Amino acid sequence: MAPSLATLKPPARASRNWGELIVEALIRAAGYSAILFVFLILLFLLREGLPTFAEVGLGDLFAVRWYPIEDYFGLLPLIGGSLIVTLGATLLAMPLGLATAVFVAEIAPRWLREILKPLIEVLGGLPSVVLGFMGMLALAPLVRETLNTPTGLTAFTGSILLAGMALPTLVSVAEDALDAVPRSYRDAALALGATPWQTIWRVTVPAARTGVLTAGMLGIGRAIGETMTVMMVTGNAARLPDGLGALFLPVRTMTATIAAEMGEVANGSTHYHVLFTVGLALFLISFLVNLMASAVVFRQKKRSERLLS
Amino acid sequence: MTTPPPAKITIERLSVQYRDGTESLRDISLSIPAHQITVLFGPAGGGKSTLLRALNRLNDLVDGVRVTGRILLDGEEISGPGVDTVALRRRVGMVFAQPVPLPMSIRQNVVYGLELAGVRDAARREWELEKALRAAALWDEVQDRLDAPAVALSGGQQQRLCLARVLALEPEVILLDEPTSGLDPISTAKVEQSLQEIKRLYTVVIVPHSVQQAARLADQAAFFLQGELVETAAGRELFVTPREARTNDYVTGRFG
Repeated sequence: MAPSLATLKPPARASRNWGELIVEALIRAAGYSAILFVFLILLFLLREGLPTFAEVGLGDLFAVRWYPIEDYFGLLPLIGGSLIVTLGATLLAMPLGLATAVFVAEIAPRWLREILKPLIEVLGGLPSVVLGFMGMLALAPLVRETLNTPTGLTAFTGSILLAGMALPTLVSVAEDALDAVPRSYRDAALALGATPWQTIWRVTVPAARTGVLTAGMLGIGRAIGETMTVMMVTGNAARLPDGLGALFLPVRTMTATIAAEMGEVANGSTHYHVLFTVGLALFLISFLVNLMASAVVFRQKKRSERLLS
Repeated sequence: MTTPPPAKITIERLSVQYRDGTESLRDISLSIPAHQITVLFGPAGGGKSTLLRALNRLNDLVDGVRVTGRILLDGEEISGPGVDTVALRRRVGMVFAQPVPLPMSIRQNVVYGLELAGVRDAARREWELEKALRAAALWDEVQDRLDAPAVALSGGQQQRLCLARVLALEPEVILLDEPTSGLDPISTAKVEQSLQEIKRLYTVVIVPHSVQQAARLADQAAFFLQGELVETAAGRELFVTPREARTNDYVTGRFG
């Protein structure tokens, strides 16, 4: 029998000293500041972006033509461009990342695993401009020749590169999740006569699904906010993607638009305000993605928290 | 060695060594008779679990384990390379110390093994489900909520579910590694009772969690100390009149 908790607890207040109070206050301030910063950013975006709605009609914003020099501020092509590139990247990265994580965590022998894991993590630190270069010089011609498209600078090319960028994060987080599945689960499944593959697919991966999902969301989060790479390889034609065929045509994303045009816009002009509105939209989209992720994760948790506790 | 009943499993000069040179089992020879409960007991670190895990080849999963000697199941070698371990584990089922309900419903937990074994017939699965749950003395408690998640069961129920899961596969041998270590006395009694009943159909090898439990269950008992099999005897003999002083010291509570 352990000693009762009452005897372990310090007497209330008496033993608390100033140092402890200060440290506690600092930690609390650090925690709150994260929330504060997000709110300040939102406030700033709102201040710079909201005038748009006075200067440009809502109908003109939700139009399909983006040509700011002649005052066409239709945001749909940009939003569509971002979405299609991200969607493509997700579709490519999820299966590949999960497979890689399963291989590293479950199948690879120990020595290989010890080489692979740090290698994958180093890959995550690769500057995106470098990837952009490779995309322009190596990937884009390849896409043009193999898919016989007029140009290699397409949404698909961007998707491939973004998938490549999301992979290290995805693999690393998913691998951690798989690794955290108690060994006893594997033993139990194997002792029931499951093959190693059945064990992975029916027991280990489902048990780690929360972590795997988080990995996916982090990967997507990285993809949707990425600027430099997509700007270099997606062709930057602000045209509304209409269906899956548009995956193989040039697009222009929200991030690339802001990065490309912010430098040459007059401070306080309508164009300037619209760019901030684009940023606002980007902010809302990633907020929604995160919200969805935590909603799913939260629901999963309820069901499995007892299981993994 | 005295071998009155036919041996289901014969262990010949088995040694298990880890890569760092530590020996977990040293030169073990033991014959496990069919339709009896064989109890492997002794202080922690004696190699009991290692022996159990050698019998269904779960040791294969640990890096750098070296196994020498032979294990025969019905006269057929199961310890060498080239053995179909998946098929072997269907014949030699195992229940662990911690109940490990898989992240599924109660029903799915039990029929999962059958699905893996390729039993497609739903009616047969239902029948096996009930049979296994009854044999594990769990049917009365869960028959109304077979589709509830298995993790919602109490610890004792979870452990009986794990037993049912193994029974549903109709293995020939059932290994139990301290199956009642986390259970209250009533659940423990229920598990022990079902073990006494199922031994008519199966061969049971158990690592008990106390000397008392060892004495209660043993048809044959084997005392392990630091990787060595000290002595073996039928029935309760080992607990009443042990031949070795070390066994006597342990069962009388002088150490361990």
